[in-house]
Amino acid sequence: MRKQHAHLSDEALVAQVARGDEGALAELYDRVGRIAYGLAVRVLRDDRLAEDAVQEGFLAVWRSAASFRAERAKASTWILTLVHRRAVDLVRREERRRTEPLGEETIAAQGQVSEPTDEAAWLRFERERVQEALRQLPDVQREALELAYYGGFSQSELAKRLGVPLGTIKSRMFSGLARLRELLDESSQEGSWKPEFTS
Amino acid sequence: METGIHQLTAGYALDALDADERWAYETHLADCERCREELTSFWETTEALAVAASGPAPNPELRGRILAAARAERQVVVPLESRRRRIVPALGAAAAIAAVLALAVGLWATQLSGDLDDARLALERERQAAAVLADPGARTVALEAGDGRLVVDDGGRAVLVLDGLDPAPTGKTYELWIFEGENASPAGLFPGQDGLDWVGLEGTVNTGDVVAVTIEEAGGVEVSANDPIVASAPV
Repeated sequence: MRKQHAHLSDEALVAQVARGDEGALAELYDRVGRIAYGLAVRVLRDDRLAEDAVQEGFLAVWRSAASFRAERAKASTWILTLVHRRAVDLVRREERRRTEPLGEETIAAQGQVSEPTDEAAWLRFERERVQEALRQLPDVQREALELAYYGGFSQSELAKRLGVPLGTIKSRMFSGLARLRELLDESSQEGSWKPEFTS
Repeated sequence: METGIHQLTAGYALDALDADERWAYETHLADCERCREELTSFWETTEALAVAASGPAPNPELRGRILAAARAERQVVVPLESRRRRIVPALGAAAAIAAVLALAVGLWATQLSGDLDDARLALERERQAAAVLADPGARTVALEAGDGRLVVDDGGRAVLVLDGLDPAPTGKTYELWIFEGENASPAGLFPGQDGLDWVGLEGTVNTGDVVAVTIEEAGGVEVSANDPIVASAPV
């Protein structure tokens, strides 16, 4: 890793990537790649497919860095959005996932079964903070968010699987995400520090 | 309680909209400052969900594979803003702002007033081409003649990226072709520019097709007698 990238913000690195700086892409991968991969594994439940989603997401960063606008989203958010969208595209093609039962896997349970020991402290801290906020959501809202974001189910698929009207799913998802945002804002104001990907 | 299309902001941020609603929402987004702000904020919340999913570290080889794949593509820096400036002045400030904002994270929605059909069409082609270039699922096909590459998405939408093709001579135009075996269908005209250029094809490209470029008299032709100056490998 070339030293000159270490002090740059994520957004400055994207600008460097737009100029063809491969080292800047490597640095972005070092900062966001692990989270992106964890997300892709969670959605796809398959190491190889998850690697594909991460690789394709980062290649999209490489190709379209010049179109990134920092006023619209943080660079890490943008990268994770690209990887997530690709993971969802891939999982919707996987019939295997479709046959698995719904609703049994909660984020709290996931945290208990796999607790990686080699990750940065801030990452562990942040994960616990988000999981705590999720636990405070009404069950139906948490279920809608988890099945959509981690399961890759569309709103209309969820309405069918859960046997509730589409409008109900839309409103649960909106209320759930808005409530989660509030809870996260509150917990970040309670004296904890706000993690940045530039650490 | 949010209702209607504003409420789709959450589903959009979670990638949980079906294709038709995603499209409708992106179109709406260009015209709705409130939704753009809400989306920016919701995206931060979904980033927290991403962090909460973190688990084992990826295979250490993944990093090298990504860098090798990036290197293999050669960097193509698509000069979106300069292209945008070339087209946008005719459309008025509001549309221009919407177009620029929509570029932020790979969203390409535009909402234009109805009386500028050529400009609207040009912008729509730009929008689609930019979406293909930003699509993580798009594949790259090498050129067998000419410098550049062809990018094709899952739906067969294709963008030809050209490096170092000069503007077409006065009175001439570049014409795109999709070859399905021996059958060539015209796929649009473009003027060319210095340095890097990119152009979306009209029509879809299927496996085995070849994309080519000829120089024709202004206005283009339905059947060309000229040899291609640019040709892709079979898709």
